[in-house]
Amino acid sequence: MAATVALYRTSIGKKTVMAVTGIILYLFMILHIYGNLKVFEGREKFNAYSDYLRTVGNPIFFRTELLWTIRVVLLVSVILHIVAAVQLTQRSVASRPVRYVNKKETDATFASRTMRWGGLVIFFFIIYHILDLTLGTAHSGTYQQGDVYGNVVSGFSHWYVTAFYLLAMLALGFHLYHGVWSMFQTLGINRRKYNRFFRGLALVSAVLIGGGGCVVPLAILTGIVS
Amino acid sequence: MATLASRGATASHDGDAGRTLNLTLQVWRQKNATSAGKMVTYEAKGISVDMSFLEMLDVVNERLIARGEEPIAFDHDCREGICGMCGMMINGIAHGPERATTACELYMRHFRDGETITIEPWRAKAFPVIKDLVVDRGAFDRIIQAGGYITAPTGGARDANAILVPKADADAAFDYAACISCGACVAMCPNASAMLFTAAKVAHLGHLPQGQPERDDRVLRMVEQMDVEGFGACTNIGECAAVCPKEIPMDVISYMNRDLLRATRRKDREAKTSNE
Ligand code: SF4
Ligand code: FES
Repeated sequence: MAATVALYRTSIGKKTVMAVTGIILYLFMILHIYGNLKVFEGREKFNAYSDYLRTVGNPIFFRTELLWTIRVVLLVSVILHIVAAVQLTQRSVASRPVRYVNKKETDATFASRTMRWGGLVIFFFIIYHILDLTLGTAHSGTYQQGDVYGNVVSGFSHWYVTAFYLLAMLALGFHLYHGVWSMFQTLGINRRKYNRFFRGLALVSAVLIGGGGCVVPLAILTGIVS
Repeated sequence: MATLASRGATASHDGDAGRTLNLTLQVWRQKNATSAGKMVTYEAKGISVDMSFLEMLDVVNERLIARGEEPIAFDHDCREGICGMCGMMINGIAHGPERATTACELYMRHFRDGETITIEPWRAKAFPVIKDLVVDRGAFDRIIQAGGYITAPTGGARDANAILVPKADADAAFDYAACISCGACVAMCPNASAMLFTAAKVAHLGHLPQGQPERDDRVLRMVEQMDVEGFGACTNIGECAAVCPKEIPMDVISYMNRDLLRATRRKDREAKTSNE
């Protein structure tokens, strides 16, 4: 235990926390995006699916118990991910007090350079997304508890809501393109011979999850779902 | 975004003979560790394309001395790419625009006539500027002292092949041992992180049988020292490997991370069994 605590004090230990929480959030995103696609099965099926998420695990778990367990795990993961990111960013900023007059970049990608900004966009998006579609307090249409299908459709009938969602998904895509690969690197799994595979996996993840997140808003924008 | 030219993709020498360049240099001048520095502009006329970057600076310095001015201080020793002393930021890139090349092996033929070249020292809290382009890289020495060695009895030389090393491991260890501690990886890293350097040292000894007894302590201590020195936190951007004159690859960082995580697990397991 002592060594694990000592590990967290190191920069690599904090990176490990980011990688592990990153995996949790990544796996959740796969389920979330997949679940979203049920909107194409119509109002009844989609609402039933959302209700199922509250009863899932029954009778071992009582109603919403498993859902809340997952929510707590996700919340803790997000907090740890951000706390570690902030601490590491502070360390990096402090490590170069005098800046270069002329500094170029060679192998940095847009994704790797914008991890922190992208993370910030995603953070604000998550807050808005919960207020919009889970609590309904920031919903732009009429929010009706239980009619998830109706809430999604009415929410995305405003172009600026759709635009913000698409922007956030773009940020998420870039975040994953660097983050998923970086995760394997941080956990010590990457090797020269696997590097291309992990880069590829990161690209596929970015396209499927970032792009997948755009499917529902775009379907409503184009009238496929109404 | 700049691109680094690949090794070998250089202009042919033929037809270059006797060609000279007129350059403008913008150089960081700083009297000592405590004084404030600034960029100063110098004309460097009639520079032969066959000169190395350091020879170009020598010529500029001779002219400065002749004018009674203080020459530009820069570090150098071997001038053949093996000592790691000669680092500087050239046009915003550590060791300049050529891949796998130290500043001392960078030739002036890679620059255009009339070009303005900026020259700055490595910038990192852990590498304080001593004078002009000279920085103190003692932080690297202290990382090595923390664990970048093996403990072995001295005395008469051992027989060759007394300890057998598989060829693949020997090759890998040699690749990582090629690190010359120049500091370009830190200088170029947007986070001023020393991960590539530290990882190269960890991986070098980690691939050899002689490195095994101290393997866990080595990585724990070296990483701790790396943090103590004030280097930044790696975000796996890869600027380090791009400018490394010895082409230490990025996955060595993954290797060190794995060693660190394993060492941590083992320490905890040992503590548990000794408590029982
Ligand atoms: S890893 Fe490469 S860039 Fe870094 S100190 Fe070693 S030789 Fe220089
Ligand atoms: S002077 Fe030795 S590596 Fe450049």
